[in-house]
Amino acid sequence: MINFFRKLFGGKPTSRLDNITTAPLSPQQIQDIIEAQNPRFELQQLMAGSGQSVGKQRELNEDSLLALTTTLTGNGGGVPFGLYIVADGMGGHQYGEVASNVAIRTVGGHIMRKFHPYLFNLQPEQLDESLQEIMLAGVVQAQQAIQREAPGSGTTLTAALVLGQQVTIAHVGDSRAYAVYPDGRFDPITRDHSLVKRLEELGQITSDEAAIHPQRNVLYRALGQGEVLEPDLFTVPFPKKGYLMLCSDGLWGVVAEQDMYRAIVEAPNLQRACQNLVTAANVAGGPDNITVILVQMIG
Amino acid sequence: MIQEVIGVGGMGSVYRARDLHFPNVVKLVAVKEMVNLAPDPLVRKTIIQNFEREANILATLTHPSIPSIYDYFSRDDRSYLVLEFINGKDLEAVISETEGFLPDEQVVAWAIELCDVLSFLHTHKPNPIIFRDMKPSNVMINQYGHIMLVDFGIAKHFQSGQKGTMIGTEGYSPPEQYRGEATPLADIYALGATLHHLLTRRDPRLEPPFSFDERPVRKINANISAEVEAVIERALQYDPKDRFPSAAEMKDALVAAARQTGLLSRMPAQSAPAIQANGIKPLWTFKCEDEIRGTPAYFDGNIYVGCYDNNLYALTAADGEFKWKYATDGGIVSRPAMFGGNVFIGSEDHRLHVVTARSGKVVWTHYTDGPVRSSPCIAEGHVFIGSDDGYLHAVNVTTGRPAWKFEAAGAIRSTPFVANELVYVGCESGEFYCVDFKGELKWRFRAKRAVTSSPLVSDQAVYFCSLDGILYALDHSNGWVLWRFRLGKGSIVSPVLADDLIFTGAADGFIYAVNVRTSKEVWRFRTEHQVSGSPVIYKDALYCGSVDGQLYCLEYRTGRLRWKFSTEGPITGTPLVYDDIVYVGSTDHQVYALLA
Repeated sequence: MINFFRKLFGGKPTSRLDNITTAPLSPQQIQDIIEAQNPRFELQQLMAGSGQSVGKQRELNEDSLLALTTTLTGNGGGVPFGLYIVADGMGGHQYGEVASNVAIRTVGGHIMRKFHPYLFNLQPEQLDESLQEIMLAGVVQAQQAIQREAPGSGTTLTAALVLGQQVTIAHVGDSRAYAVYPDGRFDPITRDHSLVKRLEELGQITSDEAAIHPQRNVLYRALGQGEVLEPDLFTVPFPKKGYLMLCSDGLWGVVAEQDMYRAIVEAPNLQRACQNLVTAANVAGGPDNITVILVQMIG
Repeated sequence: MIQEVIGVGGMGSVYRARDLHFPNVVKLVAVKEMVNLAPDPLVRKTIIQNFEREANILATLTHPSIPSIYDYFSRDDRSYLVLEFINGKDLEAVISETEGFLPDEQVVAWAIELCDVLSFLHTHKPNPIIFRDMKPSNVMINQYGHIMLVDFGIAKHFQSGQKGTMIGTEGYSPPEQYRGEATPLADIYALGATLHHLLTRRDPRLEPPFSFDERPVRKINANISAEVEAVIERALQYDPKDRFPSAAEMKDALVAAARQTGLLSRMPAQSAPAIQANGIKPLWTFKCEDEIRGTPAYFDGNIYVGCYDNNLYALTAADGEFKWKYATDGGIVSRPAMFGGNVFIGSEDHRLHVVTARSGKVVWTHYTDGPVRSSPCIAEGHVFIGSDDGYLHAVNVTTGRPAWKFEAAGAIRSTPFVANELVYVGCESGEFYCVDFKGELKWRFRAKRAVTSSPLVSDQAVYFCSLDGILYALDHSNGWVLWRFRLGKGSIVSPVLADDLIFTGAADGFIYAVNVRTSKEVWRFRTEHQVSGSPVIYKDALYCGSVDGQLYCLEYRTGRLRWKFSTEGPITGTPLVYDDIVYVGSTDHQVYALLA
């Protein structure tokens, strides 16, 4: 075969692809590069940015967000504390914007009340509840508040409580939390409570079919809906080399992962990164409200 | 004459009414009212035509499980269907009014009737009729205890296609129905889902869609026979091809299963374990002079185990031959640690003993002021060990020179764990400590009762149990409680990890598997007495002893019993698995070696 081509092309040397590939970097080399890019910070702390837009096609913003970053340190040492919540009110329902607003305020308020003594009392006492129990109580209160304030409405809720090295997450619906790694990987930390996602998980439809499925907005679990609510609750280590990202489906359903990654790494800081993400969703048509929070731990 | 509202559905209401065509008798009927919400007049007209066409079909159906239709009419934006009034209640009400599980023979009897009526509908000529909405609330039990199908798909024309984000899933419908396919096989799936709900009391609308295979009937309700479970499982296959091809065949399968269970119920219940306990012969046993409460260790072809007869024994791992013993002045209840060719062991004679592994010659000893029941932990050139004197001792591993001791609020029987240059240990006072390598406190946590259990640290958290009956997961860097898992009773068991599961046992006799992220129970296994020894994971199995005297081997993913082995006394120590052999000591004075 090669000889035939040589004859055909006058004996030109055939170039072999092997010669131009470079060896993949070893995990240690990648580690070293990452280390070199991240200068050491003496105080371990959280940084966060957030962005929101009504989008190009909706008139009402039904998304709500809460981002709270605390650094409190002194002689006794301190741990980074952050609370980040994204809630996406239900379009087809009345008062979706009320539901999402009630959700973030109720959950946020409950958690802050629990942590206020720990953060500000001079002799902090041990909490007698676990972080997951506190989160669950917040979600249950929000569920009741929504049924009281805006009956019949619903909202998604993805809440991340960062304390030290761990993130405790409460999640209902199809907003998402991702661990975004410096090599461009987006690891979803949450699982959508949507019918289409479930069909996809079962291999009934492909991810491409899911993206255009007519029922892709149908949720099987939402805050404010149903009598019994079982949020997903779990604790994972904070993605220390990368970012924690929370967003509504107005972002993840519209912008591809590689474009989201580019929007993040090309920005000089987290606030600009969030603005870039919002802009990318709007450039792609902005069919829904867009909300995003990016969190980084340095030091 | 309308008497009262007996039901409100998504599209309208159902009334109980008296038929005044028969003025001299009380004839009760149900009137179903449907509201036509379509804004477009042409669509409205089509909806009414479809409704009337279907009402006509239904009116021709005669079956004991289908209510008779007497009349229908439309007025303004509403359409009405006049049906036979059923004096009874629907299965959803039956479930919620029953405590505990419904008797399985009752559910199977209803299931057979449901198969009959579905079969009748599916074989209807000229076109099969698909019920489309099989679920407990659409099945009524009449005053004679027979089933009636209510709420035929007739209402579906009145559902307007809503745009935007909607909530809700049927819970009972098969995956293909969401692609708009409704076939007899969809009804079979929904019947399977309905039976699953009836037998397990787990409402599929509250679970992720299509997740029945994650919660097999018998895992929730152990009374159900494997045969009945298999029928439901087949009805619930994702792929319609894998389900029963017809309701009639499903009925046959149910009848066959019921016949078998009917026979079974007359026999003494309880299925035998997978392998009989007496089917397992130990490779060897070795008898000491007193109870073995501790845990063996392996080093270089030998097994080292402490005994309540004060001795540390060295036995060959291959055949249990006695090599040497080393006498202390107190009982040994802990696990030896191996380092640099030496064996480290604590004894109730207040000392940490270090002897050569080869011959059992003493190298050095370290005195504490109380019995030592904690096991040594060796890291970074030091031995860390707790004592009943209330101190955590750090001793140089080669010279035996004390480096520091850390004062705790009570006796330390928990075995220290070293990770991230920190030492973690529990205390009988209920405190849990995290100490750095200089012996200075990093953080502390307080459980409600003693922490005898030895901690385990992973990149996620530090885990331990307490006599307060809780398995704790704390942030290892600051002691915040990430989650708590409630055990049935207090526990001194040291948890172990494999994949995303954490395993422990408790005085309630259960061995537990819990998801480390979500703190949800994955399975539990009942032994016949307290679980005091810790489980170990080897390959795909979990090994754990119980005070009932048995050593259990379970599949760690599912908690299913592989085999169990009886010793003649309670097992309070932890087994050791090395090279496909399980070594375990028992309070019957013996060490056993079994094939894993």
